[in-house]
Amino acid sequence: MSSEGLTSTAYIKHHLTNLTYGQHADGHWGFAHSAEEIKEMGFWALQVDSLGWSTFLGLVFFYFFHKAARQATSGVPGGLQNFVEWIIEFIDDSVRGSFSAKNDLVAPMALTIFCWVFLMNLMDLLPVDWLPWVAQQFGHYALGMDPHHVYFKVVPTTDPNITFGMAFAVFFLMIYYSIKIKGIGGFLGELAFQPFGKVGMPVNLVLEGVSLIAKPLSLSLRLFGNMYAGETIFILIALMYSGGLGMGIFGGILQLGWAIFHILIITLQAFIFMTLTIVYMEMAHQEH
Amino acid sequence: MNITVTLVAQSLSFFMLVVFTMKYVWPPIMNALSERTKKIADGLAEAEKGHHELELAEKRSAEILREGKEKSKEFIDLGQKRHDEIVDEAKDNARIEGERIITAARGAIDQERQQAKDALRAEVSALAIAGAEQILMREVDKNAHNEVLDKISAGL
Repeated sequence: MSSEGLTSTAYIKHHLTNLTYGQHADGHWGFAHSAEEIKEMGFWALQVDSLGWSTFLGLVFFYFFHKAARQATSGVPGGLQNFVEWIIEFIDDSVRGSFSAKNDLVAPMALTIFCWVFLMNLMDLLPVDWLPWVAQQFGHYALGMDPHHVYFKVVPTTDPNITFGMAFAVFFLMIYYSIKIKGIGGFLGELAFQPFGKVGMPVNLVLEGVSLIAKPLSLSLRLFGNMYAGETIFILIALMYSGGLGMGIFGGILQLGWAIFHILIITLQAFIFMTLTIVYMEMAHQEH
Repeated sequence: MNITVTLVAQSLSFFMLVVFTMKYVWPPIMNALSERTKKIADGLAEAEKGHHELELAEKRSAEILREGKEKSKEFIDLGQKRHDEIVDEAKDNARIEGERIITAARGAIDQERQQAKDALRAEVSALAIAGAEQILMREVDKNAHNEVLDKISAGL
């Protein structure tokens, strides 16, 4: 284990810290060496690992699906096309099931969300030390960094920036289509005059405002919370490997069990994110 | 774990990915799917049609077979009739021919018998004359006894 000599707390903290690029307190730009430095960087800092992995996985998704789409034939489909068609039909069914309006964006968006979130969640199943170790070796020998300062989180969905980034994008589209379909008056009217009519306007505003804000929060926090908790449990299990042979074997069994259970969770979370997005888009398209 | 500009970057890459998916992934595959659905539906319809046509053809072939059987029966009957006719005709012809041959043979036999009679008659009359000559020891004048000789000849 690369964290020899570290305490358990430090090990866990190390695993839960992003590789962040930003402006240091003294003014120069560079990677942060500790959680405190990341805090000091404030808003103008980039989680290089999260963003890198999420972009890479997005490209992986796009590469394979685009390849299948380019070679798509109405004849006998090959293996890749079969797989892609299977997923697309599943998404199409889900969208048709809960989205009644006509909008060509929703189904491709649902597909993107499902596959992308699934792939990002899937990184959780890699043993927690593998990629961070590679990154540490690379940082230490190639870039001459202190290995303890090379942070590397491989599961983008355990970073709230990523989940909030997607949830706010969905939120933005929700408001955009609300206003586009119902007009700005219709959108504001929905906020102000429901559910208690004109008399209960202040109460309406509070209720509807909260439920509006709750949408992106529930989207992103649910995914983030689930993945963060899952990742933390993997890290805790990984701690057992330093506790001798017996603990190591026990930890291995635990990790296997948790990983198998986690396959269900990562798929479910991707599916929930997608389904909620479809439902929210349906609400945005509905006239009251 | 604090919120940074990464969030904005992620939102942007999300939009880009959604747009690319909407433009380059979704339509071709949906097209392929709907085209295949149409193809399969067409194929099933064709199969149904083919099935129907097969049924019709079977019916038609059975009819043709039945017709053929009837016709061949007719031909056989006709042939049988003709055969009987020919046999009868041949029998008639044979009988007529036979009768004709018998008649002709009878004619020939009669004729030959007449000839033999005539010859015999001539020989007998000659023998009688010779005998009479012997008896009378002299020449018999044929002319003088012609009447007698003719009487004898007619008696034979």
